Amino acid sequence: MSNAAQRDTLLRYDADVRTNHWLVALSFILAALSGLALFHPALFWLSNLFGGGPWTRILHPFVGIFMVLVFLSLAARVWDENRFASADWQWLRQWRDVIANREERLPEVGRYNGGQKLVFFVLVLCVLTLFVTGFLMWRAYFSLPVRVVRIASVLHAIAALVLICTILVHIYAGFWVRGSMHAMLRGTVTPGWAWRHHRAWFRQITHASHTRAGPD
Amino acid sequence: MPLQSLDIVRRSATTTPEPRVRGAYSGTVAKLIDTSKCIGCKACQVACMEWNDLRDEVGTNTGSYQNPADLSDRSWTLMRFTEYENPKGDLEWLIRKDGCMHCADPGCLKACPSPGAIVQYSNGIVDFQEENCIGCGYCVAGCPFDIPRISKRDKKAYKCTLCSDRVAVGMEPACIKACPTGALVFGTKEDMKAHAAERIEDLKSRGFDKAGLYDPPGVGGTHVMYVLHHADQPGLYAGLAAAPHISPLVRLWKGRAKPLSLAIMALTALAGFFHFVRVGRNEVDEQDEEAARRSLEASGKPEMRP
Repeated sequence: MSNAAQRDTLLRYDADVRTNHWLVALSFILAALSGLALFHPALFWLSNLFGGGPWTRILHPFVGIFMVLVFLSLAARVWDENRFASADWQWLRQWRDVIANREERLPEVGRYNGGQKLVFFVLVLCVLTLFVTGFLMWRAYFSLPVRVVRIASVLHAIAALVLICTILVHIYAGFWVRGSMHAMLRGTVTPGWAWRHHRAWFRQITHASHTRAGPD
Repeated sequence: MPLQSLDIVRRSATTTPEPRVRGAYSGTVAKLIDTSKCIGCKACQVACMEWNDLRDEVGTNTGSYQNPADLSDRSWTLMRFTEYENPKGDLEWLIRKDGCMHCADPGCLKACPSPGAIVQYSNGIVDFQEENCIGCGYCVAGCPFDIPRISKRDKKAYKCTLCSDRVAVGMEPACIKACPTGALVFGTKEDMKAHAAERIEDLKSRGFDKAGLYDPPGVGGTHVMYVLHHADQPGLYAGLAAAPHISPLVRLWKGRAKPLSLAIMALTALAGFFHFVRVGRNEVDEQDEEAARRSLEASGKPEMRP
């Protein structure tokens, strides 16, 4: 990339956040595929990807724990910027404009929009539920009262369903809003992208850069 | 099929019908355990060890005749001893041979995620096929009687097989063979019910007016049945479940939730695809870039200029 092109972009995700995000993503894929193998007979063949049924059973909890740890690390990095503000609720109320690509009608968005924040908190809730209930179900190391295990099993399945559906929406959104995938893979967005999708964030960072560059 | 008299009629984690043309038209089998005749000699436990080549670790005395203290991966049947003081103030020593009940509607099989790890034969026996077992322990959560045990050594699930290998070749289970008092009998379920009816009549004539057969309908009936002197209070017999059934939580988790969840996931993915088809991607156009450029110029950030 030439210097001119580099100057022409804004850094949205630094290398650490990108690495962290993709560690979560890769471990999520492994955890989801191994979990689905044990959830529905029609998907039991997925256990072949992990070396058979017993290996799937052995690996799934460890992959899951790894996912939870890297997810919590990522969540800590972006927590402050995902606090809900009143504009976010307005943004969510206008979901029809959102899905119709009528972004000009929406309130100005900061670093993350209402949808992204909603995804964030749903993920936090699901991941924590999966973490706790997963331990309760982990027969290899824990043996809890059957009633506890049954409740944990149902909650684990519900949390996994919500998580997988939320991630499907998240993946599609990354494809839908062109430039987002590049932002998470290589870190940068164009000024126009920031202007269109996250104008308040655009104003904030360009103004901040300006003041930092000035003689203070 | 390895043994023609053991036709599989139900198989875990399998959504299509098993071959069902051949049925148990001469009747399913059942073991009848007459608690009123049991003397607690544990010959059945020994016979089970002998026939199945099981040697559990020697445990410790827990203050009763019950030994070992609980079922395990290597103890598939166990006499459970209860000292019950009846309302007249007399002591009754209630002894119940515990083990798999071989439910007609088995919770273990419903919960099992591994195809063919749990099967039900046309004769009614529910059997674990350890070579297909993945060791998840879902059967333990599914069982209404707390029977399956996961081995610490190989992480596979084990329980009473009702000596399916012996029954397949026309023999009675090993425990039946060893019982010295006739407390254990084996035959077709119909015959066992008829025999139980005689026993119950006899018990009633001796003052046990609540005597009855334990063949719980909540699990579709069982292929191991009890004659109880206190059939109105099964819980007296070391906590035998009064109305066992597959937990609604297990039914939800391994029943309707499964296809429904897959459908929801598929619809979510399809919703994305059709959003793309109908609405398309949200793309930055030249006007956005131009507006951003003007804003940057206005804020006087020279390095952002193209």
